[in-house]
Amino acid sequence: MTSLASTPVLFQRRVLNALFQALCGICAIIAIAVLGYVLWFLFRQGITYFKPSFFTRLPDNVNPALGGIKHSILGSVNILGIALSISIPIGILSGIYQAESNGKLCQIVRFLTDVLNGIPSIVVGLFIYAIWILPYAQKHPGQGYSGIAGGAALGIMMIPLVMRTTDEMLHLVPQSLWDASLALGTPRWRTMLFVVLPSARNGIVTGIMLALARVAGETAPLLFTVLGNEFLGPITGPVDALPLRLYKYATSSDPVQNAMAWSTALTLILIILILSILARFLTRAGKRS
Amino acid sequence: MQTTTCVTVQNVSFWYGSNQALFDINMTIPQHAVTAFIGPSGCGKSTFLRCLNRMNDRIDGSKMMGKIELSGQDIRDRSVSVEALRRTVGMVFQKPVPFPMSIYDNVAFGPRTHQLARGRALDELVEKCLIDAALWDEVKDKLKSSAMALSGGQQQRLCIARTLSVSPDVILMDEPCSALDPNSTHRIEELITRLKNEYTVIIVTHNLQQAKRISDMTGFFLRGELVEFGSSETVFGTPARKETDDYINGRFG
Repeated sequence: MTSLASTPVLFQRRVLNALFQALCGICAIIAIAVLGYVLWFLFRQGITYFKPSFFTRLPDNVNPALGGIKHSILGSVNILGIALSISIPIGILSGIYQAESNGKLCQIVRFLTDVLNGIPSIVVGLFIYAIWILPYAQKHPGQGYSGIAGGAALGIMMIPLVMRTTDEMLHLVPQSLWDASLALGTPRWRTMLFVVLPSARNGIVTGIMLALARVAGETAPLLFTVLGNEFLGPITGPVDALPLRLYKYATSSDPVQNAMAWSTALTLILIILILSILARFLTRAGKRS
Repeated sequence: MQTTTCVTVQNVSFWYGSNQALFDINMTIPQHAVTAFIGPSGCGKSTFLRCLNRMNDRIDGSKMMGKIELSGQDIRDRSVSVEALRRTVGMVFQKPVPFPMSIYDNVAFGPRTHQLARGRALDELVEKCLIDAALWDEVKDKLKSSAMALSGGQQQRLCIARTLSVSPDVILMDEPCSALDPNSTHRIEELITRLKNEYTVIIVTHNLQQAKRISDMTGFFLRGELVEFGSSETVFGTPARKETDDYINGRFG
């Protein structure tokens, strides 16, 4: 019979196991701690002006303490809405194309979307500025900047992200599910629409939320497109957005507005957090039914 | 036994790229009977089964030669739509694959695709299929709940109900019990025996006892060739070929 006593080799393994387990744990804690510290810092700095009037008022440059960011929140929500309505249909449909075809054209498209993904956001803003805002402003002096253009810039940035997520999530759907549907005599499009896409839905929605969270904080493309505004304006003209307001308040000479920059950052983070939780909730509710 | 021919297979060979998987298969499969295919792993029996409803069409670089006739019609004829063929020749897979939707919607999916029924008639059709698949009593109170919550055996019976829902003539089964416990296996076997009154059942199985219990005809595949095909009584009782005898008596494979 083999001896049950511990041997040097077994002891060495136990020590190594404990060592690496501790290392993994420590690294995980460091990663979380950084996030925690950022959130805590933001919370402590931002809570001063984080009160209802802050969300219902416009900036007040005479008495900054009475100012708010109502128009920035509305502007950001509208711009992100436009970005979503551009990127979701194009991103998902082209993602389906990528997942379902494997020709040369498909490889070219995949490569080009990777390039698009790598383009600095300021260049996307500049692009919209050059092809849209500048020509318009030359014809109609004093006009051109608009929330719609900003939404288009962010939408362009989201397309490759949504497309890649859709492609990856569709590849995760097992072949057996395809087979089961096709074996019923279901056409390919119907299988995709009613069997495969619903299976991939949670992943795709999560991917869209992540893409949205990424562009929600973009400042550079908005500088060239929505310009920023001290007042509440229509989406067809210059509007304000949270990142622009954050930048403006942070670089202001007024200490109250400097403090309000933190509250604006906190608002931005909370909106992204709420969107993520909402997406989780929606996909989970859909799964149960 | 008076029999009508359901499927005629003539000189069928099949390739995955340059790799030949089936060699010159010939057989006639009788209607309203259970035909079983046995043989060691990789012998081509599943590939052959998937030729019968053209599920291999999707595989890149695959090629089939020869002719398969269903009730006298060439299934690869230009005039044949692959959707109509697969509706007529249903398939149940090794692993139960419920769609990510409710139990009701799983069964109603096929009829909705082919616009066979709607409203009250669809309700009745779903009920009939679930009764035929011996699942109705277990799920009648939770038709709206997700099919993913069912047990493996229940999921497989749901998949059978789903196959029945588009009223096929032939049902192909690719090792339908290999992922199930003995109890569920027993229920599916009973079900298959009942199904043959209305349908032609063609089943691939690794379980020789199962083939012997439920099948009327048996085909033995080895290395892509159909070694022996005949009534199950003959194949299991007095096989004509030595390879068959060796296999069913566990001397190899």
